[in-house]
Amino acid sequence: MEAVKSPKKTFVSTRNACKLCAPLGASVVFKGIKGCLPMIHGSQGCATYIRRYMISHFKEPVDIASSNFSEETTIFGGNRNFNTGIENIIQQYNPEVIGIASACLSETIGEDIPRLIREYRTVNASKALPVFVNASTPSYQGTHMDGFHEAVSSVVANLAECGETGTHINIFPGFVSPADLRHLKDILTDFGLDYVLFPDYSDSLDNPHWKEYQIIPEGGTAVSEIKRTGTAKASLEFGYILNLGGINSRITESKAAFTAAQWLEKNRSVIRCKLGMPIGINETDRFFKQLEELSGKPTPNRYERQRGRLVDAYVDGHKYVFGKRAIVYGDEDMVVGLVAFLTEIGIEPVLVASGGESGILKREIERITEGKYPQMKVVSGMDFESINEMTEELKPDIFIGNSKGYYISRRLGIPLVRVGFPVHDRFGAQRLQHLGYEGTQQLFDRITNALIEYKQEHSPVGYKYI
Amino acid sequence: MDSILIERKNQVFRTGTDAQTIHCNKPSVAGSVSQRACVFCGSRVVLYPIADALHIVHGPIGCAAYTWDIRGALSSGPEIHRLSFSTDLREKDVVFGGETKLYHSLIELIDQYKPKAAFVYSTCIVGVIGDDIEAVCKKANKEKGIPVIPVQAPGFNGSKKDGYKIACEALATLIGTGDLAVPEKSINILGDFNLAGELWMLLEYYKKMGIHVNATITGDGRVEAIASAHKASLNVVQCSGSMMHLAKIMKDKYNIPMMKVSYFGIEDMSDALYEVAKFFKDDEMMAKARILVREEFGRLMPVLKEYKEKLQGKKAAIYVGGSFKAISLIKALRLIGVQTVVVGSQTGTPDEYEIINQLCDEGTIVVDDSNPIELSAFVKETCADIFIGGVKERPIAYKLGLGFCDHNHERKEALAGYEGMLNFAKEIYATAMSPVWQFTRQR
Ligand code: SF4
Ligand code: SF4
Repeated sequence: MEAVKSPKKTFVSTRNACKLCAPLGASVVFKGIKGCLPMIHGSQGCATYIRRYMISHFKEPVDIASSNFSEETTIFGGNRNFNTGIENIIQQYNPEVIGIASACLSETIGEDIPRLIREYRTVNASKALPVFVNASTPSYQGTHMDGFHEAVSSVVANLAECGETGTHINIFPGFVSPADLRHLKDILTDFGLDYVLFPDYSDSLDNPHWKEYQIIPEGGTAVSEIKRTGTAKASLEFGYILNLGGINSRITESKAAFTAAQWLEKNRSVIRCKLGMPIGINETDRFFKQLEELSGKPTPNRYERQRGRLVDAYVDGHKYVFGKRAIVYGDEDMVVGLVAFLTEIGIEPVLVASGGESGILKREIERITEGKYPQMKVVSGMDFESINEMTEELKPDIFIGNSKGYYISRRLGIPLVRVGFPVHDRFGAQRLQHLGYEGTQQLFDRITNALIEYKQEHSPVGYKYI
Repeated sequence: MDSILIERKNQVFRTGTDAQTIHCNKPSVAGSVSQRACVFCGSRVVLYPIADALHIVHGPIGCAAYTWDIRGALSSGPEIHRLSFSTDLREKDVVFGGETKLYHSLIELIDQYKPKAAFVYSTCIVGVIGDDIEAVCKKANKEKGIPVIPVQAPGFNGSKKDGYKIACEALATLIGTGDLAVPEKSINILGDFNLAGELWMLLEYYKKMGIHVNATITGDGRVEAIASAHKASLNVVQCSGSMMHLAKIMKDKYNIPMMKVSYFGIEDMSDALYEVAKFFKDDEMMAKARILVREEFGRLMPVLKEYKEKLQGKKAAIYVGGSFKAISLIKALRLIGVQTVVVGSQTGTPDEYEIINQLCDEGTIVVDDSNPIELSAFVKETCADIFIGGVKERPIAYKLGLGFCDHNHERKEALAGYEGMLNFAKEIYATAMSPVWQFTRQR
């Protein structure tokens, strides 16, 4: 790609978006429910594109049905398509759960999915039906992350039971990798905690090889478990931003967003523990401290040692990374977590960018960096061409973000350390770790090595040791 | 639980046993997990390779984001096509209309990227909110002096195939407006998208035969050459699904004859060259074609023979975009000793399904617009070893313990032409013979 001319101004259009659309986020969540088949209520293309995108990242079969709107549907409403869609899904998949996400089209023509579900249930009252959950996800109201959180909170609000408070806890980790989820489960188990983790696509989007084809891949949080979120003693929720910002251009106030933990606090009196993404030592310490309090047990030795090794690595590697200039981009909570970590190791985030538009990214980044980087730019609603045009002035040494920024790092000849979603130009995205001391260790190694490799490749000497 | 939905029963048949003809070109059934994309997708993939044009998607962000740089369509020059532009409509636009946003987007992008033309794709909700795309395009065209062409392709309005047609009509508005000088014996290449540089190999072949290629539509495409495409003496059309419509329009309007070819497999590839020479009734051209084919055969056959010996007895399942391509694949596989046991396409035609019926061994399963459950049942039933399809089918194949060859828009290996046949054989061999299957097939 040719070099970039200097930008003339800000653009009205979006050029190489740094975000995806809302039903994708909802579909990821539905894949994290045991026995669930997602359906997108809208036209066919949206579901096919979203499947293709998820497949390219997770390298797993991802079945998402569509109610396949036709022209008549668009004029007369999606009622018939909805019912036929559900019937066909039951006939072919017989799922325990059907997760329905709306799309731009169905929202624009005013489809009321909860009502469609109610009507379907009434008409088929005599049959054994799957559990229905749904999320309202028009993409003109938010990104894939808004869709993700909308689905989490909507499912919880739909299913969480009332009852006496138990001893278990909830954990809502946000959009992280299957390997991150597995690590979190290990940690909670090692603390001896009874927990509900939702959504849990650690298996359904990263399955072992099968002996028999599974039409609905195993894994996921069971509905009976999601019900228990209502009686938990506390909810841990990762992310300071979630879907709490004033969502850009939302003009219907009635749809004010809430998070799952917020809803549970308000409606089921479950204590809400707000945490950032546990990336870096400080944020992970806060997470473990929270777990100590909730479990009444000290951090297991295994994690103390992980932390110790991470500190050791920070020391061993500090000179390779110190003072390096990074462009960090991706989902808002992910970049907040990454910046918290980079601040600990002396990498300067010169640009922090997200396609998300919560309106509170800047505030959160500034809180976390405590004014250490007066030059740092924090931009919401960013697209990649705008990032591309800023690189000349920013002079970055490294990119940290998803695969989509590769073309810019390639033009500049600097390394890109791939994190988040989508990572579809590398192998093993499902196994990338970001969270905890272990995930941070992985990130630290990858970033440090990327910088060392850059130096090595550009050195006239070609040294074989560091 | 049934693997085939009742409404889809006549979209599947078995050669030699089922008398009925296959039903195809039907909208997908609601609730199925179709492997098809939408009308918009069809028009987008066809027009996408035009490298010096601006492609802007008018709608919410997803439709543009998912089609950003997804095809391996290469350009030898400008690469504006690899950027993804969208009006990224928001709620207020949905309520109050998106025309102003589209207008400003067009003006700023044309100023910034200086394209030779702009294609404006309208997606599902745009028709519903009632934006007058045509008026905006006219206005931008007047102000900026380049063609600004509306591509009205709301996804719900049919299938991917209808999108091809809409793209052809958009191209037709461009054709006839250019004035590039064109030599006497020249052809247009229609329906090759220069995936992994395949078009460049074809150009080499035709050059060796002394044939001038005028416009390539749309692989490595340029606005000016396409605008002058009406001056060619012949349209050579590959992949009937996407470009036949344009060839027909050009026949009616400019009286340019058309010829249907396929570049997959060495038989079809050679025919493509011979037929063009025959058309021009040029002995010298034919002689050159013969030499070229002989050389390539001499180079390829010994290698292919080796592959054939090793691959003998392997079985393949094919699921690709169009049925025309499937036909070539069946032949190409046969050449390397692989038998086709399942063959399907997203958007096939009755004629082509009939050819497949004739071509395949008895008992081959033929299917239109399939889905993961059906496909997995079919490969199991037929004990296929290899699956040939697009990226959405890959994980299914792998999970079933099948080898896989990507034969879709995103492929990074050239599979057309003689070199492509070698690559194809190499890829089939690599995936069929990998030792990893020893761990998956321990049943
Ligand atoms: S219409 Fe909306 S839901 Fe569908 S792909 Fe486009 S942005 Fe996503
Ligand atoms: S909104 Fe319509 S045009 Fe866009 S991807 Fe979905 S079906 Fe296709």
